[in-house]
Amino acid sequence: MNRRNFLRNTGFVAAGSLFVPAFMKPLEAMALDELSLYKNLVVVQLSGGNDGLNTVIPFGNDIYYQKRNSIAIKPEEVIKLNNMQGLNPNMAALQEIYDQGWMTIINDVGYPNPDRSHFRSMDIWQTGSDSNQFLSTGWIGRYLDSNCQTCKFPYTAIEVDDSLSLAMKGQTKKGIALKDPATLFRNTNDPFFKAMLQNDKEHLDEDNLGYLYKTMIETSSSANYIQNTSKIYQSKSTYPASGFANQLKTVSKFISSGLKTRVYYVSLSGFDTHVNQTGQQGNLLKQYSEGMAAFLKDLKSNNKLEDTLVITFSEFGRRVEQNASNGTDHGTANNMFVFGGKLKKQGIFNAAPNLSDLDTGDLKYQLDFRQVYGTILDKWLDVNNADILNKKFNTLDFI
Amino acid sequence: MSAKDNFIKVKHLYNRAGFGISYADLQKLSKKNLTKVVDNLLKDSQKNDPINLVNDYESRRQLLVQAGLYSKKELTDEEKKMRQEIIREQNEVSRDLNIAFITKMINTDAPLKEKMTLFWHGHFACRSNNPFFAQQLNNIQRTNALGSFKTLLVEVSKSPAMLQYLNNQQNRKGKPNENFARELMELFTLGRGNYTEQDIKESARSFTGWMYDKDGSFIFRQNLHDTGTKTFFGKIGNFEGENIIDIILEKPETAQFIARKVYKFFVNDNPNEDHIKELATHFYNSKYDIASMMKKLFISDWFYSPENVGTKIKSPAEFLVGLSREFYVTYNKPQVLIQLQSSLGQYLFNPPNVAGWPGGQSWIDSSSLMLRMRIPSLVLNDGEIDFSGKADPEDEAVIALSRTATTKANADMKAKSYVNANANWPKFLNTLPKGLTPLALTEFLLQPKLNDKITTMVSDNKGLRSTAVEITSMPEYQLC
Repeated sequence: MNRRNFLRNTGFVAAGSLFVPAFMKPLEAMALDELSLYKNLVVVQLSGGNDGLNTVIPFGNDIYYQKRNSIAIKPEEVIKLNNMQGLNPNMAALQEIYDQGWMTIINDVGYPNPDRSHFRSMDIWQTGSDSNQFLSTGWIGRYLDSNCQTCKFPYTAIEVDDSLSLAMKGQTKKGIALKDPATLFRNTNDPFFKAMLQNDKEHLDEDNLGYLYKTMIETSSSANYIQNTSKIYQSKSTYPASGFANQLKTVSKFISSGLKTRVYYVSLSGFDTHVNQTGQQGNLLKQYSEGMAAFLKDLKSNNKLEDTLVITFSEFGRRVEQNASNGTDHGTANNMFVFGGKLKKQGIFNAAPNLSDLDTGDLKYQLDFRQVYGTILDKWLDVNNADILNKKFNTLDFI
Repeated sequence: MSAKDNFIKVKHLYNRAGFGISYADLQKLSKKNLTKVVDNLLKDSQKNDPINLVNDYESRRQLLVQAGLYSKKELTDEEKKMRQEIIREQNEVSRDLNIAFITKMINTDAPLKEKMTLFWHGHFACRSNNPFFAQQLNNIQRTNALGSFKTLLVEVSKSPAMLQYLNNQQNRKGKPNENFARELMELFTLGRGNYTEQDIKESARSFTGWMYDKDGSFIFRQNLHDTGTKTFFGKIGNFEGENIIDIILEKPETAQFIARKVYKFFVNDNPNEDHIKELATHFYNSKYDIASMMKKLFISDWFYSPENVGTKIKSPAEFLVGLSREFYVTYNKPQVLIQLQSSLGQYLFNPPNVAGWPGGQSWIDSSSLMLRMRIPSLVLNDGEIDFSGKADPEDEAVIALSRTATTKANADMKAKSYVNANANWPKFLNTLPKGLTPLALTEFLLQPKLNDKITTMVSDNKGLRSTAVEITSMPEYQLC
């Protein structure tokens, strides 16, 4: 007996063809030439609060070495980018990417009245709210809600994971979470699932039941589309063996096979390094950098790098001074990375963190993270950022 | 009223006021007068029945040790180990507490009390790393679940969990922290738009000195309290925290705010302003007696009207508890209940923020719906779990400590796991009358009206057990 079936033990026979209502139809019938103009955004979330100061190291500043006597990265080990900042040695894989001009580092990104709770600060980053405001929709979710020209499909936003992050949930539209397109395809093509969808026009206008059926239909339609579009594609690139690299490999497969998805979301967790930080963070940064380098080169070889923008964020940085356990505690402003083949400003975007002007031991932010979101919404996803972020944010010129 | 009519009403009542009902109980209760059934539900909830999982003495000892370590500048290796051990234990007990709460909902014979506790759990949403504090708050919400809203509000406001979560520990004379005062009005009582920033500033001063001491008991620290004159909602006086709460409760907006939330939780996501007003007025006039408002709601004709039956999306807790109760499920590895809560988006004791879970359609996205439709077969038929879910951000420190960079990759390839639960089929089948048809079972298990498709699907008579698994896997089963 196949345990993977929706219902074990039930005597279901395969039902006929799947009912797809008219409003779902056009997606399979898109002309190929429309695809070439397609711009993708990939959001990479580092969960736990990555220590930005040991990621991009201000080796040119003595204060860094004074405040971090046991965990500072020695100047000779730093991969120097200019005479002030450089990368953690575990990020060697990104040097080539940086030298190609595919990487921008934005220093000191944060928000007013920062919150040091993981959950709350992640909530703020994912919803794009002020720190005293509670939103139940995410910034990408609201982009989906805006119903713009480029975001009308149920698979406009895909998270490569088992469950969907708040960032991807709008009021009326939500992204889709899947770790593996084949599994989702198998589940939505299960005889029971298909039988439930048969001839079910009558439910579509009912309130909550209609919403459930609409979600099922969209899931099923998306699963078919994603699987059928991407299954033939075989990547020629090799990726390191890590869960994170696997997520990126899946994203690359989707982008390279021409999926009309606009936003992808992946995450890597474990950055809450209060104790013995150096080894743990080093491992994670290595995993991150090697995965990213393989991903970006893969996209380049498929001529997709110019159509792709990747951003990396974490819910907060860490305090400037290390703690007594060779780790660091929750802080505030942090750096963000932007990758792509068409960056307007490459390299280091703005001044390095000012370590002598702190706010009770924490970095002061130079840029609001919603300026970064706003820039992407305006210039990359072609919507007015005020419609998504509830107020207008000035854009930056990294793209 | 016909017996059939009452059958449907009692079933609806138990779906909303509790977590469902067995067929046998339903048959018995439908012979009674509906008001009497409601009274009995309330009566069953009178017994005080707190969760006593967390060891009081041990927790206070840990708090003292933690406070001692916290005040030190440098820690020895021994002390560092001690601190980590406490955190590890707290995380473990926190998971046990989560399981204790959901298990209580599954096994309780006072379903309304637990349902109300779940409501307050989302209303006074709070996260605490300390399971002793979390248990205390949960018991405050349970003890006062159907009591006086004022007592509930005061006790919640004085609980270490909330004082810590909303930073009232840092709220002191001359250096007010407004977090608690703001959420008290925005989320716990009046709702946005019914107060000014000035009201927040002034009331924050009144709550200065509301703290908990080293061993986790509420303490009013007179020396940190701002005794100056405050102006709150136009009233001038030397207000203390309790006075602020009294003034807030004098405002009918508070009754309206709570009534609206109760309506959306128990009746319908779409508010009906007339019905809400009816409830709010009753609540206000009863001096915030929660039981009285709930009775008013459950005996109202509109509560049973078709637009309110079988139209609400179950929360993950309602879904998991309802399924487990209906089929007398025991979990051999109860931790799986945490995995399921988290994958479905309602990890109890870990609300997304102080505003609680938004509820309604926000529970449902493609992955959560697919999972909901698979859970009945996983639980009832011992199916295979092929999802792993996400880490909770607050667990990141534990993850950082406990795993190397490659474990995630390994975890993704780990051996297949099963829910490892047992449904008690003989017991379930015993509650059903002899000769019950699959169609009649379907009508019993589903709250929405049956349509032709479902009628056809269950008409091939594959037996009650298979029918039950099939029905509970339907999208219609997501509604109550």
